[in-house]
Amino acid sequence: MSRGMNTIQAVNLALDEAMGLDENVILLGEDIADAQEGGIVGVTKGLSSKYGTARVRSTPISEQAIIGAAIGAAIVGMRPVAEIMLMNFTTVAMDMIVNHAAKLRFMSGGQTHVPITIRTMTGAGFGTGGQHADYLEAWFAHTAGLKVVAPSSPAEAYGLMLSCIFDDDPCLFIENMPSYWTPGEAPLLGQRIPLGKARVVSEGGDVTVIAYSRIVQDCAAVAGKLAKEGIGVELIDLRTIAPLDRATLIASVAKTRRAVVVHEAVRPFGVGAEIAALLNEHLFGQLRAPVQRVGAPHCPVPFSKPLETAFVPQQADIEAAVRKTLG
Amino acid sequence: MSSEPKVDRAVLVDIYRRMALIQRSDERFRAVIKAGKIVAPYYSPRGQECIPAAVSVSLGDEDYVCTIYRGIHDMLAKGVPSKLLWAEIAGKATGTCKGKGGPMHITHRESGVMVTTGIVGSSMPIANGLALAAQIRGEKRVAVAYFGDGASNIGAFHESLNMAAVWKLPVVFVCQNNGYGEHTRYDIATSAKRISDRAAGYQMPGVTVDGNDPLAVYKAARSAIIRARSGDGPTLIEAMTFRFQGHVFGDADAYMAPGEKQAAMARDPVPRFRSWLLEGGVAEAELATLEAAIDHQIDEAVAFALESPLPGVAELHRDVFAEEITA
Repeated sequence: MSRGMNTIQAVNLALDEAMGLDENVILLGEDIADAQEGGIVGVTKGLSSKYGTARVRSTPISEQAIIGAAIGAAIVGMRPVAEIMLMNFTTVAMDMIVNHAAKLRFMSGGQTHVPITIRTMTGAGFGTGGQHADYLEAWFAHTAGLKVVAPSSPAEAYGLMLSCIFDDDPCLFIENMPSYWTPGEAPLLGQRIPLGKARVVSEGGDVTVIAYSRIVQDCAAVAGKLAKEGIGVELIDLRTIAPLDRATLIASVAKTRRAVVVHEAVRPFGVGAEIAALLNEHLFGQLRAPVQRVGAPHCPVPFSKPLETAFVPQQADIEAAVRKTLG
Repeated sequence: MSSEPKVDRAVLVDIYRRMALIQRSDERFRAVIKAGKIVAPYYSPRGQECIPAAVSVSLGDEDYVCTIYRGIHDMLAKGVPSKLLWAEIAGKATGTCKGKGGPMHITHRESGVMVTTGIVGSSMPIANGLALAAQIRGEKRVAVAYFGDGASNIGAFHESLNMAAVWKLPVVFVCQNNGYGEHTRYDIATSAKRISDRAAGYQMPGVTVDGNDPLAVYKAARSAIIRARSGDGPTLIEAMTFRFQGHVFGDADAYMAPGEKQAAMARDPVPRFRSWLLEGGVAEAELATLEAAIDHQIDEAVAFALESPLPGVAELHRDVFAEEITA
């Protein structure tokens, strides 16, 4: 395995491996076949040439029809991976995702289920403005029946993608677009990362930092810096936002008695709020400081560079939040 | 009623059997709900019996149906067992979906009723996916999507017809045009003179038939199903009909023109077809026997539904995901 694989290559590798393993794995999405250049950033490049356009289908720009087709195929045993190019475009297909994919198992009393994976990309940093860069994971995590997965590195993306494809429930897989080309550790071939289980990235005794997606990398840098001052940060990468690995979070914060939740989504009503409430419910009285939340301000993603930079939480913000818990 | 070419006598009686089952089931549903024995929102299909009855005789158990909240007729015509259907409408543990779906969310895999949706326009994208799976696997299955005239103004209708046409999916779109979307008359909400005119925009055959004429529906559906099964792609059928009980059972119908409903009820398709069969030489005794069997079937189903147990509250945590999630 080559070192320095980026997320595009890692996801491509996982899709390739899954398609090779199981002929029920099919891909649907706008521009994903090789005649359309394998997706706007090339995540699916080469796959239609290898597996054919029956299984790797470029679709019309029709998000409801894409997710609907994936759902229909899934309830009769296929394992579709549907690409919704950008996370903001999931809004166009919310009925299919929220009312159908998420609920059909329950509403059918377990007769049918919807093993689809919805791949989507997002993240501020490209100057795309208000409609191409939102993190909307809280909406989906709030919907019973959906699994929400946000990998923090190429290796994580590979292992989690394989698990999503072979999971029997609908999974929303959120890729961070600005970090697509950043090389990371090579994935372990064939190794799936279990869903619903957080990863303790680094252990520490003073404060727990909980994050997911690309910003885990920033949290790791902050943890490294603080370690030099003797501050022990226990960094947890959620990997799966829903279902949430409550046990790992509670165990860590029971030890450190301080917590900071970090995400790129806007702060109000976000995943950080849920985690802060969870920690309060379980550890009230043991906490040495209020749980801190780091997120974006409650405004649309701005275009102008200084505004966009200020919108995305920075390492300094994470560091300040950690120091605040230390008093 | 159209006459030539000849349709097999057994097929005609089978269509009538399905129509009578729907009519008699509906009348009992309304009586039981009115008596307060079952509490459920109910969208009566009375008046629309002919459409799924005349479509379903050309389908097998292996063929798929996606229907909508006004879909009890579609389910009965396709073969969902009365007992299980009644128990589901009563919210009982013995229902098709353990009482967790209710009348608007019936699934019964064995008879091919794969999805029932409460969201107008959402049956079509999922039917495409069922058809897509059949196409990829080289199976000869056909998917039928039922919907009302109001649904043809939803974006998903247009996305679905386009995708089905581009991919030549084995799907039949059956619009049951009863002249009203909820409380709004067709011409107030729909720009097209006929829904079937919209097929031309997607380069697929579109046909409007008298939805209360079993032979007309049978012939249109049969040729669409044969076309789909032989790989030639989708068809849009618009079947003109009328709903006798308004939008939701208990509806005051004040939005309808005076006399409109009475005129439609005077042309009730069920007794009309029965008389036509008798005139054509079918023996009264044969139909009476068949009707007595239906009444017995309904009696048993009602007793089963009323006597069955309610689901335990532990069901709240089951069928959300494949694995039970606690905490």
